[in-house]
Amino acid sequence: MSNAHAANKSVLWDWLTTVDHKKIGILYLVSGGFFFLVGGLEAVLIRIQLMNPEMTFLTGNLYNQVLTMHGTTMIFLAAMPIIFGFMNAVVPLQIGARDVAFPFVNSLGFWLFFFGGVLLNLSWFLGGAPDAGWTAYAPLSTTSTGHGVDFYVLGLQIAGAGTLMGGINFLVTIINMRAPGMTFMRMPLFTWTAFVTSGLILFAFPALTIGFFLLMFDRVFEANFFDANMGGNAIIWEHIFWIFGHPEVYILILPAFGIISEVVATFSRKRLFGYSAMVFATVLIGFLGFMVWAHHMFTVGLGPVANSIFAVATMAIAIPTGVKIFNWVFTMWGGKIRFTTANLFSVGFIPTFVMGGVTGVMLAAAPADYQYHDSYFVVAHFHYVIVGGLILGLFSGLYYWYPRMFGLMLNEALGKWNFWTFFIGFHLTFFPQHFLGLMGMPRRYFTYPEEFGLGSLNFISTIGAVFMTVGTIIFIINVVVTHAKGKKVSGDPWDGRTLEWAIPNPTPHYNFLQTPLVRGLDALWIEKMAGNKKMTPAEPVGDIHMPNNSILPLIMSLGFFIAGFGFIYYSSAGAPALIAIIVGLGIGLACMFLRSWIDDHGHHLHKEDLLKEDKGVDA
Amino acid sequence: MDVGERLTDQNFPESPEKATLEGKNKFLGFWLFLGGETVLFATLFGTYLGLRNSFGKGPEASEIFQLPMVFAATIILLTSSLTSVYAVLALKENRVKQMRRWFFITLLLGLSFLGLEIYEFVEYVHEGHTFTSGAFGSAFYTLVGFHGGHVLFGCLWITALLVRNSGRGLTLYNAPKYYLFALYWHFVDVVWVFIFTVVYLMGKVG
Ligand code: HEM
Ligand SMILES: [Cu+2]
Repeated sequence: MSNAHAANKSVLWDWLTTVDHKKIGILYLVSGGFFFLVGGLEAVLIRIQLMNPEMTFLTGNLYNQVLTMHGTTMIFLAAMPIIFGFMNAVVPLQIGARDVAFPFVNSLGFWLFFFGGVLLNLSWFLGGAPDAGWTAYAPLSTTSTGHGVDFYVLGLQIAGAGTLMGGINFLVTIINMRAPGMTFMRMPLFTWTAFVTSGLILFAFPALTIGFFLLMFDRVFEANFFDANMGGNAIIWEHIFWIFGHPEVYILILPAFGIISEVVATFSRKRLFGYSAMVFATVLIGFLGFMVWAHHMFTVGLGPVANSIFAVATMAIAIPTGVKIFNWVFTMWGGKIRFTTANLFSVGFIPTFVMGGVTGVMLAAAPADYQYHDSYFVVAHFHYVIVGGLILGLFSGLYYWYPRMFGLMLNEALGKWNFWTFFIGFHLTFFPQHFLGLMGMPRRYFTYPEEFGLGSLNFISTIGAVFMTVGTIIFIINVVVTHAKGKKVSGDPWDGRTLEWAIPNPTPHYNFLQTPLVRGLDALWIEKMAGNKKMTPAEPVGDIHMPNNSILPLIMSLGFFIAGFGFIYYSSAGAPALIAIIVGLGIGLACMFLRSWIDDHGHHLHKEDLLKEDKGVDA
Repeated sequence: MDVGERLTDQNFPESPEKATLEGKNKFLGFWLFLGGETVLFATLFGTYLGLRNSFGKGPEASEIFQLPMVFAATIILLTSSLTSVYAVLALKENRVKQMRRWFFITLLLGLSFLGLEIYEFVEYVHEGHTFTSGAFGSAFYTLVGFHGGHVLFGCLWITALLVRNSGRGLTLYNAPKYYLFALYWHFVDVVWVFIFTVVYLMGKVG
């Protein structure tokens, strides 16, 4: 079998069945981007409501729903998938691999996320969205009427399973599939952060899986985990949620750290300063991330001893984080800095993230947190680290890797407009929120009275949100313009340092004709300095083994999606819901069974065809 | 060599489950998956420990637990771990018939464990210890039930493997599959040892 059979199938079918990490990366990016816009729209609605005192634009339960869905969508359906998009698009290339370790599972992970996200958002059209906050604290979540919270539980359960698979996949890919010479301490920093993030996913997500099961059992099958009348204990939910939740915030930020490290080094034309310290800091952050969850529960009443221990552990994380900040600054120091859009976003990230870190340490002081907790100060803190940190990092990564992912260069002029409007808008939106919090404005309330004097800062905040919206729209225009013009770029438009820039554009679907030999950190740069035009190959040209496409992941995910509906409506619909559960799980299991039953050895691309194809590219 | 080709005693590699890159990937990936499963069960154990004395409207743990029967179930499951070890030993020496026989015995033991567990649950329900009788009930059935679900899944898995590969020898393609099942089975077994201790023994002592 060769690749000839692929040509006569339709394009759509190809995307639905693809197991190619590059295409799955694009699927993640596009669907994550879509959910980012949905979550952004929800944010704008929230800001309109809070613009002036005693507004009636969006109140009561509907406000709660929009607020809940904003947080949930942004974390689980926008940030996580976009991160996975980059990991898919970049990690195999950076380590010199032809694909990920489990291409089939990779596709399954994507489709589970996709159907989970769709299921959650269908709640808008089916009687109302979840309204218990993205943290779904019991007993608020267990007693919430309607099916909103059921959509939350089942939608995220399905999406979360996909995330877990993705985490395992990248761990194995990075451990087993590195090109010859690519030792751990030669891996680009983005790959390192992807590695640690995947480890965090592996050990954090199962806790959430169980949390969701318990919540589902309480809501759907009348279990009593969180019902104090029957001996249950609502605090257990808080522990489980934050044992997952705090590592989750590092799952989000570490890949951004990785992107910043790549971008800053490339555009300073310097090797990353303190590479091994950076690696060590990444690992340490990942490790400490598991020991601090109770800083979200200082006001629960765990006692002074527990609070002190968790406070100190939390503050300790600021140390490796500080190491990173200094290393980025020193990387730029004395470098030949180019302020491309990608680099602007990275440079903007540094002071912004520092501010978020500073408020983090303030919050970590347990006695002071009694004042800050559940106020807008916390809202300001986490938006500084998530939007000012992660989202700026993601924009940076988009501008940086767009040529690799799509073979096109985003427009730089529009990019700069994108940066400045978004960046200024961001600070305008969230800086005042620190003070709103200190003035006593609680989070999650849909309004505030005139005489509290919170009006003007809230108004400024909303103006900031308008700027951020404009920034996002400019980005969309940029994408449209770029694809309309469709000007192709070379495989190495930025004068890159790492392996993903060592291949032609568009990326051949087997990535590397010959697996490269890695001779040090910044593998491509080393070859460039040695005067070589190409990577030194580690093998002669030969047949390449590739995995087969499959539609099973999509069908399997669809099965769980159907079962999800069944569980959501089981408490009110009874028998029909039970049928949906049985049919849905049946489809899922049948697909697993088929996957096990049908021998799938993949196929080979033949040497002669490859050489012909390669000639075509060069000419 | 083609991965689907039947291995002979001459070309049989030292560890057929790890002889290909796919096999290595599966092997490592499965270990990592078991790491995740450990967190999953740890969370369940933590929840159970927090709620194990909150009986609500149901009877107390020490009143209902029947140690002899649980002990029998434990022995059955431990034995099944042993038989799966024999199966893997046979796998490593390309003795397909023996391997399949040992896996089949493992399956039978797994099924008898499940039978006992179902019988046990039915008994408890008659005595008023149900999923909804209190926080203890919810936590008990969730933890033990999750384990039982794992046993059930394992039984389905090995059945599918045995049926699919009946009449086929070992290949570099199916050896990792058999091997991973054995790993999974050991894991499920280890979890049971903890359940036996934390749920039943501690429940009896009070
Ligand atoms: C130096 C590092 C950091 C420290 C010391 C820190 C500390 C804290 C503390 C103590 C809280 C609890 C505040 C309260 O509820 O009263 C908190 C909340 C939060 N932090 Fe951080 N943080 C740090 C970095 C980060 C990062 C990197 C992220 C995400 C990328 C993040 C995301 C969040 C979120 C989402 C919340 C609020 C969760 C909620 O209640 O909804 N933090 N942080
Ligand atoms: Cu935290």
